[in-house]
Amino acid sequence: MRYLPLTDNDRADMLATIGAASIDDLFVDVPAEAQLDGPIRDLPMHASEMAVERHMRALSKKNLAAADAPFFLGAGAYRHHVPASVDHIIQRGEFLTAYTPYQPEIAQGTLQMLFEFQSQVARLYGCAVANASMYDGSTACWEAVAMAGRVTRRNRAVLSGALHPHYTQVIKTMAKFTQDEIADAQPSVQGAPDADGLIDRIDDQTSCVVVQYPDILGRVSNLQAISDAAHEKGALVITVVTEPVALGAIQAPGDLGADIVVGEGQSIGVGLQFGGPYLGLFAVRDKKHVRQMPGRLCGETVDAEGKRGFVLTLSTREQHIRREKATSNICTNSGLCALAFNVHMTLLGETGLRRLAAENHRLACVAADRLAKVPGVSVLNDSFFNEFTVRLGQDARPIVRTLADRGVLAGVALDRLYPDVAAFADSLLVAVTETTSEDDIEALATALEEVLS
Amino acid sequence: MPRYYTDEHEWIDVEGDSATVGITDYAQEQLGDIVFVELPDVGSMLDKGGDAAVVESVKAASDVYAPITGEVSEGNSGLEDEPGLVNSSPEEDGWFFRMIIGDKDELEGLMDAKGYKTFVDSL
Repeated sequence: MRYLPLTDNDRADMLATIGAASIDDLFVDVPAEAQLDGPIRDLPMHASEMAVERHMRALSKKNLAAADAPFFLGAGAYRHHVPASVDHIIQRGEFLTAYTPYQPEIAQGTLQMLFEFQSQVARLYGCAVANASMYDGSTACWEAVAMAGRVTRRNRAVLSGALHPHYTQVIKTMAKFTQDEIADAQPSVQGAPDADGLIDRIDDQTSCVVVQYPDILGRVSNLQAISDAAHEKGALVITVVTEPVALGAIQAPGDLGADIVVGEGQSIGVGLQFGGPYLGLFAVRDKKHVRQMPGRLCGETVDAEGKRGFVLTLSTREQHIRREKATSNICTNSGLCALAFNVHMTLLGETGLRRLAAENHRLACVAADRLAKVPGVSVLNDSFFNEFTVRLGQDARPIVRTLADRGVLAGVALDRLYPDVAAFADSLLVAVTETTSEDDIEALATALEEVLS
Repeated sequence: MPRYYTDEHEWIDVEGDSATVGITDYAQEQLGDIVFVELPDVGSMLDKGGDAAVVESVKAASDVYAPITGEVSEGNSGLEDEPGLVNSSPEEDGWFFRMIIGDKDELEGLMDAKGYKTFVDSL
């Protein structure tokens, strides 16, 4: 078939068929101020490839990239070292696809990889079954809320105030046209998470309670107490892990009573990538819940000759089999990111992950101790893994700007995440990983000392 | 104890105010190996013709509809561990659920064994 662009007549026919007068009619839902009202100003109609490349290179030099400066940003996306071997292996022709297999059983290598990935996620989370991945942590979190509604036949989800506000927003957006009631809250500005306050909000209409672990301020919640209280009321516990490396150091949520564990997998193998694509992880502690899980699921079996093989299993949960009765409208997975996670985790091994986690925590402790010595700065957290909140005694956003101009990327000012919470105006979220050097920490502390004095 | 059949291949045994519901031998044969049965909650109200259960085989997932209106009084817990009972004993041990009959008049429209056999033969 030859590729022929549409003619004006083709376009007119199609518009007439759907009852639209013009192409612009198709964009009525886009607010006028967000629409382009003509050609982009100062953009020439033509330029040579070389000229464009030169121009783009000049533009990119205006960025201060994570690798080019002391870097302390986290808040749900973490910079970790991804070994070059990960990139090499995932780009092999046998593997390289971003997609879930649609004629799965001929792709035994891909299925084996997914099975290994699921096994790693399940072990990491302390769960019985993990799926073949979701789009990202926040959408996985919504899927868990929806699943809890199906399991409990209740529709009131209680979100911890210390759940990442972007996750809260995704849940609210997804719940806009469902029957789910989403009860969110403001985070408590204190050293320890307010477990009692959260427990008080759980009642016998609650489908689930959603707790981030460690939470948005970097604090480590008492999950067991929350689980016990939720289970007493017949509610499920959903634990959200935005930094999977933490689980190399702290107890797995499944071992602390979480029923559904979801999170972001980006830290392992994927990289920051300007914010995406990322990797949603999803697992259930008890295999009795497996039929209510969303997403693709790879299983191990034997073929007609008794040899080990892999299949996509329990597909009757999925919409290509059950249409409107499917557990979710996801019918794919993040294939390439899951592969990168799988390869990186395999290279690390359990011992490697524990060592990586220990090094993250050690450096975070060095940073917290050093920053606490900066006049005017105090560390909020009683507990943390590799990320913690500091209070600067003055508005954090302008300080972050000033430090960026001095070549230090100091962290995420909480005002960006909570513009309406005045108590957070002076707070800065500081993430430290194995990529942070002690010189970087000293550079941040020194710069803060100069700017705050 | 009279037994009735529906054109959705369910059977229903009536005993006083109570009825036992399952799927027919013809249905299980069409479905193939049954791997999972999802039963309605005890106490839930079913409307005639509405969704009552889900039966999942290696080939497909199918809905089982309520043959009459009523309240679910019991589910066959044996199917939880052994869904294959639906294959080995579809019209006895592989029953799905019991219900309290809401409207006996609804039984009028259902088939008897002979009617169902004629119906199946015509398929």
